[in-house]
Amino acid sequence: MRITIKTIIAALLFLLATQASASADLADAAKGLLSKNYSDKILATETIAASGDPRSAFLLEALLGGNLYATKSDNRLVSREKVSDGYQIKDIVTDEDLGVVQSGDLSKIRINNRMRGLIKDLVGRLTLLNEDPILRLKAADSVFKSRPKEMIVPLSDALAAEADSSVAAAMRRALAALNFVHGDTPEAQAEALLILEEQSDPEVKSLLSAEANRLAAIVNPSPEVQEFAARVDRALAKVDEKLAMLGIIENIFQGISLGSVLLLAAIGLAITFGVMGVINMAHGEMVMIGAYTTYVVQELCRNFAPDLLVYSLLAAIPAAFIVAGLCGVAIERSIIRFLYGRPLETLLATWGLSLILQQFDRTIFGPTNKEVSSPEWLSGTLEITGGLALTYNRIGIILFAAAVLFMLLLVLRKTSFGLQMRAVTQNRRMAASMGIRTGWVDAMTFGLGSGVAGMAGVALSQIDNVSPNLGQAYIVDSFMVVVFGGVGNLWGTLVGALSLGVTNKFLEPYTGAVLAKICILVFIILFIQKRPRGLFALKGRAVEN
Amino acid sequence: MLGLRKVAGVITGAAMLATSAFGLGTAQAADDVIKVGVLHSLSGTMAISETTLKDAVLMMVDDLNKNGGLLGKKVEAVVVDPASDWPLFAEKARELIEVDKVDVVFGCWTSVSRKSVLPVFEELNSMLFYPVQYEGEESSRNVFYTGAAPNQQAIPAVEYLMSEEGGNVKRWVLAGTDYVYPRTTNKILESFLKSKGVAEEDIMINYTPFGHSDWQTIVSDIKKFGSEGKKTAVVSTINGDANVPFYKELGNQGIDAADIPVVAFSVGEEELAGLDTAPLVGHLAAWNYFMSVESEENDAFIKQWKAFIGDDKRVTNDPMEATYIGFKMWTQAVEQAGTTDVDAVRQAMYGQKVKNLTGGTAVMNTNHHLSKPVLIGEIQDNGQIETVWRTEDVVVGDAWSDYIPESAKLIADWTYPYVCGGCEKPMY
Repeated sequence: MRITIKTIIAALLFLLATQASASADLADAAKGLLSKNYSDKILATETIAASGDPRSAFLLEALLGGNLYATKSDNRLVSREKVSDGYQIKDIVTDEDLGVVQSGDLSKIRINNRMRGLIKDLVGRLTLLNEDPILRLKAADSVFKSRPKEMIVPLSDALAAEADSSVAAAMRRALAALNFVHGDTPEAQAEALLILEEQSDPEVKSLLSAEANRLAAIVNPSPEVQEFAARVDRALAKVDEKLAMLGIIENIFQGISLGSVLLLAAIGLAITFGVMGVINMAHGEMVMIGAYTTYVVQELCRNFAPDLLVYSLLAAIPAAFIVAGLCGVAIERSIIRFLYGRPLETLLATWGLSLILQQFDRTIFGPTNKEVSSPEWLSGTLEITGGLALTYNRIGIILFAAAVLFMLLLVLRKTSFGLQMRAVTQNRRMAASMGIRTGWVDAMTFGLGSGVAGMAGVALSQIDNVSPNLGQAYIVDSFMVVVFGGVGNLWGTLVGALSLGVTNKFLEPYTGAVLAKICILVFIILFIQKRPRGLFALKGRAVEN
Repeated sequence: MLGLRKVAGVITGAAMLATSAFGLGTAQAADDVIKVGVLHSLSGTMAISETTLKDAVLMMVDDLNKNGGLLGKKVEAVVVDPASDWPLFAEKARELIEVDKVDVVFGCWTSVSRKSVLPVFEELNSMLFYPVQYEGEESSRNVFYTGAAPNQQAIPAVEYLMSEEGGNVKRWVLAGTDYVYPRTTNKILESFLKSKGVAEEDIMINYTPFGHSDWQTIVSDIKKFGSEGKKTAVVSTINGDANVPFYKELGNQGIDAADIPVVAFSVGEEELAGLDTAPLVGHLAAWNYFMSVESEENDAFIKQWKAFIGDDKRVTNDPMEATYIGFKMWTQAVEQAGTTDVDAVRQAMYGQKVKNLTGGTAVMNTNHHLSKPVLIGEIQDNGQIETVWRTEDVVVGDAWSDYIPESAKLIADWTYPYVCGGCEKPMY
């Protein structure tokens, strides 16, 4: 064919015309988003997705992310970006720069939950072939959740071309789900079922349960249907089994994380009680002091070094240790020292001290809760498989508790101070005769115990509210662990804390949170009848007057 | 040392005279001042919710005094802190009424605090304005309930979730704090759900203590419960600062509002103020007011609030609107009755009208409950709640739920001929 300039121009014009009309289609469809009615908006999003325009995925993602606005003056759909003197807006369809406006000139396009699910699904379909593997993975997952029939072919094509293995696995799973639900031959469905039953995802279970329910509701099923229903039931049982096992692992993890919280809170108490025989009712307030130190460090960072805000939590750990430790030493020198050999008076004095510290804190910081934000690296979950999700902040706390325990073991075993502490714990009189300054050891021990409690407060600020009552919530738990695990022995505290934590978490699904705690308390009371000294009682420990 | 005893006696006598003279002095001053009591927890687990209500009353008292006071007298707010301690609520209520001689009390949040003070108000014949949504099953002569009854909050929220727009929810988790309000509300909701054909195994009920912070297992259980093939939703009656770790755990475990939506009845703009709400976008709240509602009255109220509290970041919420409506109705009733005497003001209260901040008019009915609109909203990433559904007209508060057989036949009406808080037939 002879290609004349005329044909070229005509072709170019034709291309321009289709492009313009496609943009015009998109702009027209997008107008539906300006309506107040959610049904109109839903219709508009579907039309946008079906338009085939390359900008439609971008528009839908802006809508999903809450970044789609309409100018109040001429109802144009724009995206906005903050600049120094207002907001830079760009037309969402043509990407034309429209200048800078103020926030009052724009109104946000709102969506509700139903639209959110729908848009995620549509975006997923549109981004299946995107360059970014993370987006492709998200797309495969959203196709898996929504399972639209028309995606079977595009998904198979995408899978054939997929190079990344994790994305390919997600696509295979999504394709299996699609074939399972929409497969026209029983063989295709059975094949899909084989892939699905190897999964251990609650989503897969959801899918299989829905199908099993549907099959069970069929009246007078044919033999093929019955056989298929039996197959589905078997697959469901397999997935259930896997999920149950993962559930137990998750439960153990949660028990260990609770145990590590108890360990952190109780270990300081175990040390002071072991060395000095002092029942310290103000121990919870040391935890509270540590939590408030975290808050203060965060605020200082926020005001003076905003770039270092991510590290404020790490900086708070030594700060809390020092602050709480100094408080502990001060308490020992001023109050506890004069009450040696009088446990009841110590109990009363430290109880009064805890009230004073709480009120003191209320006066300085106010009675309401303080917000301590979690850094990025501690938020979110680690998904090992679909059925096993471990939250990062709990993993962090377990590692932190292990580190604290390790550090304390080092101090006790390897330092001379630790040696002196152990000597005073075993036999105070003898240690004094050997030239150990027992008074000084007492003060330092109290400081160490309180310092560790302060570090526990740093950990607790991540998972609990920072309020003046924080200490009260943990004092009973700390005493429970110390009484159960035996006094003066770090291993006793470790075993006690972990076993109490795991038992509590195993009971919770069956009895509820309140009753689980009660059961634990009753169990400890009964245990103490048999072994009054706890699990790991130190032989030869004698608290003498 | 002869004189010592005498000196001591003289000093004591002088002190007694001085205090009684002072007392007389204040008694005379009391005639020129009208006292209102504020009974909200300013510390403890409920402080997160109640502190702002104390500030709201102070703002209204300040506004009233600026506009000439009430019946020509200055109004003074007497603030006490019952510290989230339920028996202390009763003690402080008695102190406000007997010692400080207040004419009305604005207070309480949790139903257990209200149940604790109820006998005090009934014994001493004083008046309490209770501004928080609650479980119903009560209508006292001495209490005016300006918050939502279950038929103005809980039932419409569940109906919305059951509808197509709410997601066609078929499985329900009812999670609450362990005290009377969640227990009674869940009883009503369970009965309502069953009446709509929901099976027993599709309902999971769970209770936790106040201030509960370890939500790992419960949130895992919610995830598991939601993976049975049917659309699941959580109805949360969790109260106080336990909500903070609950929502944090929801965000951490990745529970998306599009998969398992959570609708809360006791979480508003104030409770969300301390949270990063980006992972919570799409979760729901059901109230009769949202700060985001655009209306002239609401804009004026928010402006006045921000100017009074001196902080642009402070938010308004439904119990504050209820406090506002209650306070306004009380001042209108006092002016109509011409006195602060409790019995006269009570009679003047029936039929009092105040404009809602969200449009329409709130009316005080003879069962001591208001007519209010119902709003369902979704949490946004800036801590605000955006309305996604509302009733066209106001809903009359029903003190005795129709979904519990024993209470369905009871009627509350304090005017002739019923004159009772809950009876089947008129007393006269």
